[in-house]
Amino acid sequence: MKRFSWLIPTIYILFLMLPIYWLITMSFKTTNEILGSFTLFPQKFTLANYKTIFTDPTWYWGYFNSIIYVSLNTVISLAAALPAAYAFSRYRFLGDKHLFFWLLTNRMAPAAVFALPIFQLYSSVSLFDTHIAVALAHTLFNIPLSVWILEGFMSGVPRQLDDTAYVDGYSFPAFFTRIFIPTIASGIGVAAFFCFMFSWVELLLAKTLTAVYAKPIAAIMTRTASTSGYELGLLAAAGTLTIIPGAIVIYFVRHHIARGFALGRV
Amino acid sequence: MNKPVNQKAWLFVMPVLVLVAFNAIVPLMTVVNYSVQETFGNNVFLWSGLMWFEELLRSDRFQDAFVRQLYFTFTILAIQIPLGIIIALAMPRKGAWVSVCLVLMALPLLIPWNVVGAMWNIFALPEIGLLGKTLNNMGFDYNYTRQAGAAWATLIVMDVWHWTSLVVLLCYAGLTSIPDAFYQAARIDGASSWAIFRYIQLPKMKRVLTIAVLLRFMDSFNIYTEPLVLTGGGPGNSTTLLSIDLAKKALGEFDLGPAGAMSLIYFLVILLASWIFYTLMMKNEEQ
Repeated sequence: MKRFSWLIPTIYILFLMLPIYWLITMSFKTTNEILGSFTLFPQKFTLANYKTIFTDPTWYWGYFNSIIYVSLNTVISLAAALPAAYAFSRYRFLGDKHLFFWLLTNRMAPAAVFALPIFQLYSSVSLFDTHIAVALAHTLFNIPLSVWILEGFMSGVPRQLDDTAYVDGYSFPAFFTRIFIPTIASGIGVAAFFCFMFSWVELLLAKTLTAVYAKPIAAIMTRTASTSGYELGLLAAAGTLTIIPGAIVIYFVRHHIARGFALGRV
Repeated sequence: MNKPVNQKAWLFVMPVLVLVAFNAIVPLMTVVNYSVQETFGNNVFLWSGLMWFEELLRSDRFQDAFVRQLYFTFTILAIQIPLGIIIALAMPRKGAWVSVCLVLMALPLLIPWNVVGAMWNIFALPEIGLLGKTLNNMGFDYNYTRQAGAAWATLIVMDVWHWTSLVVLLCYAGLTSIPDAFYQAARIDGASSWAIFRYIQLPKMKRVLTIAVLLRFMDSFNIYTEPLVLTGGGPGNSTTLLSIDLAKKALGEFDLGPAGAMSLIYFLVILLASWIFYTLMMKNEEQ
């Protein structure tokens, strides 16, 4: 029994890789080959699909747009969440528990509920179709998530650290930036990873808030699929390219990823 | 740990409060506003009381979508949670393979949701997709664009593919927090592997499992992009879950009143679930 236990994760990983494999192979095929015959490997290996993406500005700007608003969102979310998480982990104050719970409800709220009113809200302050609009809208779920994750990590740091620093004559800002932030660096890394991740994978709000100038790559894919019929190879190539940033960042946080999903509470 | 009371902490929370309130409270109030009004265009709104709520709760369309949603959520929970536990138990604890497993398993979680839908759409196409072609070659009549049953099965398998890793990662984190001494003691007592699972591993995983179940419950309740791209809610309405139905109403048909009422009912369900989640988690933390 024990000897064969490696089989289970292996089969599971194979199952995970199959659709990804199919996407990647398809991205190297010509449209004729995709529609005309069923082949496990590309018979006529082509890079034409990737070439289209890298030479057509509407395609590659999609990637820049996504990366711009995802980065903006990560910076805004963390900057706002750090002091708040500190307050929650170190002090009691009027309404703290309710506030903490209210934050959580926003992490859980369905984006479909907010899509239309958020569109109207950002249009009325003339931020529609800007990167900052998507970045701000995504703080709806990324700030609560960051606060929860950071609070979990900060509560693991004993209060004595704070007290010792004050005795040593540190002011609060000096203590916070020079001692506290380095201490919880891994927590900040995990929170940043999750902000990146959820902003990167979310599409409903990003699509609703953009038209031309800030359109995310994922939305451009959907448009291509519907307007120009079945350019499956191109679709597959664009999809493959969206997997790469995720694969890179996972590698850096692989040991902490579970703690992040547990909202900092493993 | 006793935390000191300090009302100045509110200043630290302010930026978060302002940002989230801007994104959450203003839109929510807009929704509340719509839900009690009737409009004939031209920005003329009339008070309509609870009319939309009554109409919605009685409508077959909403009830069907709600039942479908519950059915979907409980099916994926019933598959993902046990499967996640089994895989986490079988995973290696030490060595180079751990990193490889973790990275490969986390990969589906980092793929944009519409790419997940598009990927499965292509993968399952009956004529040219690997899965669809293989099933048809094996003699199954499988076409998810036309058969409601096949569409459901594809949707469930896609969600298992997408999210089981979350359960695996959480359980794995719980399992690795068990000290070796526990296992040694169990071995000395001659405990069976079932006893080890039941009395050592399962209690240690309780906390993370609570989180896994509730996160999966709520995220599957909110699922929108993946089924939309995979099946578009069809064939017919067979895979139209709550979010898809709501987006159709609000963004497609621009039925603001009914969409507002639906949003609020939807939101209340989520609120209730969040509250249960919060209470359970805080109880876990006190122990």
